[in-house]
This record gives sequence, structure tokens and C-alpha cells, in this order.
Amino acid sequence: MGIPAYWRTRAQRYALVGEVCHKCGAKIFPPRDVCPECSRPASDPFTFSGRGEVYSFSTIYQPPEGFEEFVPYTVAIVKLEEGPLVTAQLTDVDPAEVHIGMPVEMVTRKLREEGEEGQIIYGYKFRPLLRNTLTPRPSGQAA
Amino acid sequence: MRDVSIIGFGQTPVGEHWELSLRHLAAQAVLAAMQDAGIERADALYVGNMLSSETSGQHHLGALVADFVGLRGIEAFRVEAACASGAAALRAGYLAVASDAADLVIVAGVEKMTDSIGNSITTALAEAADADYETPHGLSFVSINALLMRRYMYEFGVRHEDFAGFAITAHQNAVNNPYAMFRRPITKEEFVQARMIADPINLLDSSPVADGAAAVVLCPTEQARSFTDHPVRIRACEVGTDSLALHDRRDPLFLEAGYISVQKAYARAGVTPADIDLFELHDAFTIMAALSLEAAGFARRGEGVRLAMDGSIARNGRIPISTMGGLKGRGHPVGATGIYQVIEVAQQVTGRAGANQVPNARLGMAQNIGGSGATIITTILEA
Ligand SMILES: [Zn+2]
Repeated sequence: MGIPAYWRTRAQRYALVGEVCHKCGAKIFPPRDVCPECSRPASDPFTFSGRGEVYSFSTIYQPPEGFEEFVPYTVAIVKLEEGPLVTAQLTDVDPAEVHIGMPVEMVTRKLREEGEEGQIIYGYKFRPLLRNTLTPRPSGQAA
Repeated sequence: MRDVSIIGFGQTPVGEHWELSLRHLAAQAVLAAMQDAGIERADALYVGNMLSSETSGQHHLGALVADFVGLRGIEAFRVEAACASGAAALRAGYLAVASDAADLVIVAGVEKMTDSIGNSITTALAEAADADYETPHGLSFVSINALLMRRYMYEFGVRHEDFAGFAITAHQNAVNNPYAMFRRPITKEEFVQARMIADPINLLDSSPVADGAAAVVLCPTEQARSFTDHPVRIRACEVGTDSLALHDRRDPLFLEAGYISVQKAYARAGVTPADIDLFELHDAFTIMAALSLEAAGFARRGEGVRLAMDGSIARNGRIPISTMGGLKGRGHPVGATGIYQVIEVAQQVTGRAGANQVPNARLGMAQNIGGSGATIITTILEA
């Protein structure tokens, strides 16, 4: 993927901006301006919450070019809470702990670098949902 | 539409052909097919290929191959539909003859994959996937199939080792195919212990990268007997499509494009799954074999893998598959695979499959899959 292509998809990569179909109500990601459910025009932006759960996952040992430095890394299809599936890497997690149904949330991370002195490409990855960050319990207390 | 038949075919052994370039691979197969059909000219040549630009720096294969087989001047072009490019070229040739636009058509498939070094072939193969929303996240083509396999195992309560029968059957059948890449059997123990590529998919779930070329000659059925004693009728050659990206599918575990193409093919041929004597399916990965059997109506959802566990897919089973080695044992030179499959079915239905002959085979089906199921082409052949 070249720099212009990354630029064109920046709203999707940074903020999960998709679309909503006003005919049938489908939430659409990635955006395509035609509703995949009812085939009618659909171009009203809709920003997804970024929360969802793991639908499936795989840890890659033989990577495509440009991803060698990350091996082994875990990719997943995430089912967003609004409905659509999205493909992304998982991050901040031990691959052995990943399971289908695991709650996750979107974060922005480095996807890759375009060459030795190239630009760093950022985009969405998903990490385990941090449930208790606002009200941490003292250790040892029963849940 | 006119009825169309195959009157000759040719293939190179599948493997690493470091001494042969892309054009010479294709030319060998085309010249062998022309000799088999006893022809010295043709009206058109269609070449199925996926990766020639990435692997050989060469596009424009129609004119190139036509020139190198002595057919300079005829209609010729390349057809691309990822790993289904071979069958897509067959569809183009079939339509040309059926529509009366041409009488004698050569359809070739060619791929030259082993010149590529490092991870570049992994990158090239991933171009079958969505370049905006799958591959930028570091997905390899293997990993996309791994996502399918993991979900299948989860939803249907299946273990990885339950898929072993697909790979074991393919390797066993490849032993007797002189054109196959891996002519040695494998054991269940080897399958379980093979090196992981993108878990749960390991090396023995996966078909190998290879070089190869194959070609068939088509003509109207009413003229076929004047060329050969072994004509094979194309009863159907039908295409279905789905989203490129797995995440855009309504149900990723159901091959909608396969279902569409198979239903169209059954309808055109006027047959049902019970009439099919063998099925050369697209076992690029063991999970794909299971999903193909389900989409084609040979098993209910989640039960395709059981046909690999109870012997149904053996040569004397209810629905023999990979009878000459499949993608797993014969090898998977991606753009050529669809033509290899069709040749293998043609061999079976004319009783010329040698030691691997399926008893009394008359009606056979081939299915070529592009990407993770976005293009699926089903061909039904009858002697
Ligand atoms: Zn809609």
C-alpha cells in the first residue's frame, strides 16, 4: 500500500469511520457508498465505538514483506459491537491468552514502516478491553 | 449456445523448473495440447495467470505465448481471477466456442513462482485479498485461511487433526501421478507435527508454491470426434463471486460464491450432487476442501471435514477428491491449477487415469477458487 492509499483511508485507520444505510439501517465498515445489504446508495458517515470481540485469530510465523520485525504477531477478525467484522492485528496481549469471544477495543499503533527511511504508517489494532482502569481495586480484595 | 468439448490437453510436471522461463513453461503445455489434439492452428488462445508481473516482470501473456508456439497473429489475451485464473480462462474459451465466435480455442494456465526469493511470493499471493483492509494489517494469504479454520474448529467442535485425511489422501494419490510435485505418502503423525505457518494452519495443511503450465484445446462437440477418440464434453462452466475480504462476507464459513457457481453448474448440466462421480476441489488448504464439499452439497454445514475422517473422499468412496494429488500433492502453480484440475477430471471420465482410476467414472466436477472464496468457478465434464 502506497502513501496516497494510506492517506485516502486515514479516517478509517485512525477513527473507524464507516457509513450507515438509511434505507435498511446497516452499519457499514469499511465504507463503500453502496450498502452491501440492500445495494442502495449509503454515504452518511458513522463512527464506530471501537469495541467488539474476537471472532477468529491466527498467529503468523511466515510474514509478508515489511512485517518481519513483528514475527510472531497475532491477527484477528473482530466483530464490532455495531455488527460489522473488521480485520486487524491484536496488540498488548500474550498470544496464548487470545480466545474467540475475548472483548477488545481499538487503539492506534504503528502498522509498518515504508522502507529504511520511509514514513511510519499508523492505524488501528485491537487490545484486550481494559475493564477496570477507572476504578482499580486494591490487590487481594474479592471481586 | 453450442455444445463444447475438450479434444486434447498437455501439462508440464509441477515443481521447481529453474531451467524454464514463464514463456517456455506455457509453450511446452500448449504445444503438447496441440499435438494431443492433432492441430496446427487455432482461432484463439486464452492464458490464465495470476502473478507473472510480480514473479517474472512480465504482463501481456496472450500475445507472448501465441508468438512462442507459432500462432503469431491469432486472438490472444490473459485472464486473471487470482488463484481461479485458470478456470476463468477456460470460461472465456468455453464462451468463445459456445457462442460461435471461434471453432478451435486453446486455453492455457501458467505460473512461475519459484524464481521469487524470501517473503516476496507471500506478499504477491496476498494480492488476492483486500489491499486496503486486509493486507495492510500484515495478513498473509495463509493467515486468512487460518482465520477461517480457527472459526470452523470453534463453531463445529472440530480438532485440527480431524483435517489430516485431506492431506493424507492427496499425497497418497499424488504417488501415481507423474506430473505431481510430492510423490510420497505422509502419515497422520507427520501432519500433526508439521511446522506452523499461521496457526492453526501448518505446512501440511498447505499446498506448495510451484511452477507449472497446463493447456486444453476446445471445439464444438459436433466436430470433436474428427479430432480424437476421447472427447470430453463441458457440461457446464459457471462462475460465482463474493466479497474479496473475509470480513465482508455475510457468513465467512459458507462459500457463497461456491454455492452460486455449483447451483448454476448443476442446473446447466441438469444433474445433482448424487450424479457426480469425482470432485477435483481446490484444496489449497485443508479447510478449503471442507468448505467446498459443504458449498457443493456433499455435506451439511460443519460436516465437510467428516468426509475426510470416514473414507468418503477415497478413490472408492462416495465422493472421491484430489484423485491425482489435488493442490496439496500435485502442487499449486496458482494460475495453472484450474487447467490441471480439468485435465485430471478429463483423464478420469475417459478411463485414462491409470493406477488412480475411479471405477466407472463418467461425470466429474472441478472447482477452482480465487482468493479466500471471492471467485469460484465450477466445471462439470462428461465423457
Ligand atoms: Zn441498506
